[in-house]
Amino acid sequence: MPDTSTPEAIVAAAEKIIAAGECAPRLARDPVNQPMINNWVEAIGDTNPIYVDEAAARAAGHPGIVAPPAMAQVWTMFGLNGVRPADDPMGATTELLDEAGFTSVVGTNCEQIYHRYLVPGEQVSVTSRLESITGPKRTGLGDGWFVTFRTSWRVGDELVTEMLFRILKFAPGTAAAPAKPAGERVKPLVSWDTEFFWEGAKLGELRIQKLPDGTLRHPPIPALWKDKSEQTDYVVASGRGTVFSYVVHHAPKVPGRQLPFVVALVELEEGVRMLGELRGIDPAEVEIGLPVRVEFEKLDDEAVLPYWMVNK
Amino acid sequence: MRATAEPTSVQVGATLPELVVHADPTFVISTALATRDFQDVHHDRDKAVARGSKDIFVNILTDTGLVQRFVTDWSGPRAIVKSIALRLGVPLYAGDTLTLTGTVSAVDGDDIHIDVVGRDSLGDHITAKVVMALRGNND
Repeated sequence: MPDTSTPEAIVAAAEKIIAAGECAPRLARDPVNQPMINNWVEAIGDTNPIYVDEAAARAAGHPGIVAPPAMAQVWTMFGLNGVRPADDPMGATTELLDEAGFTSVVGTNCEQIYHRYLVPGEQVSVTSRLESITGPKRTGLGDGWFVTFRTSWRVGDELVTEMLFRILKFAPGTAAAPAKPAGERVKPLVSWDTEFFWEGAKLGELRIQKLPDGTLRHPPIPALWKDKSEQTDYVVASGRGTVFSYVVHHAPKVPGRQLPFVVALVELEEGVRMLGELRGIDPAEVEIGLPVRVEFEKLDDEAVLPYWMVNK
Repeated sequence: MRATAEPTSVQVGATLPELVVHADPTFVISTALATRDFQDVHHDRDKAVARGSKDIFVNILTDTGLVQRFVTDWSGPRAIVKSIALRLGVPLYAGDTLTLTGTVSAVDGDDIHIDVVGRDSLGDHITAKVVMALRGNND
């Protein structure tokens, strides 16, 4: 068996499939028919009367009921137990790329041209050919090949619908690592009034300011009417809380961070609310009331930042 | 360019009424079967998850159908859809909601060009270009 793992070998093998041209025509299982149209318009929710109502179709200028043009492909789908014929170029191309390790597939483009609408009773046949193959390309999903097939539907010899279908056949697990975030993380600005908080973070303590009357405050406030020599009183929080509110930040870019990220306002067990980045969860899954706990990230010897982790 | 379409006067920049489709599992499965697409990822959640998907998801034939429905909902039954070019983006998983929006991007003789975008919670699921014509009373 020839080695098909190099790009040159893949191109050479694909050129043969392209040169082979169209596969033999395959007849639709059933003629265009009203029951399949009825199922389709019901499922899609399409209320255009020209597909179901003879008088409405005539009023719209058609000779009678017509099939939805977007059903073109439906008539020749293989069905539950259908088998792709041996000369089908999609089968051959898939096999070629599977063998070379490009085993995953995702559709990227589908262009349909409707030369005319079909009418019930007509039975289409379908042919397809490999139009082009380009690659290997580095994509977000992995290294892969873009493969384009051209499919034609005919009634007798008359071309009624054409389709270009492009897929990406890619090797799973070969996606490039996400780019490093640009720029450096912004470090906290430490002031006289917040120094106790940041000193606590270095020790892995989440400190909440305690006022002379015993109440807790966050963010810390400066007007305590204490002598500068006296330190701010604080309690060390348990670090547990729940999401009180949050925002998913998609844009603009933030130095040192991957987008999107979640900023959560967490209500701590001690009753105060505190902002921080929430990690360990898909941004789409974040909910109000989600239990979280504090963790700390060391940026350098001077700066340690608390952030929230989902408490599972 | 001029608008010759009848009976409706169609202007470049006109926006189509939004179409919101909630893709619950019944929608995903019934459209897959109505398009004779029996691939397991469109009706069998366990198999879809085993293949790396979050859930079952809407198939491409349904997307083409939804775009066709979206433009003819606006234009009425006299429309002749000539082509639909779809670019596929993020998946539309069961439980998500798709919102289709559209704008007339060009009117070229009888051809009305419409740009359509279908968004779900993950981003752009469909980016499509449709060409249609409206049958006049003489057709």
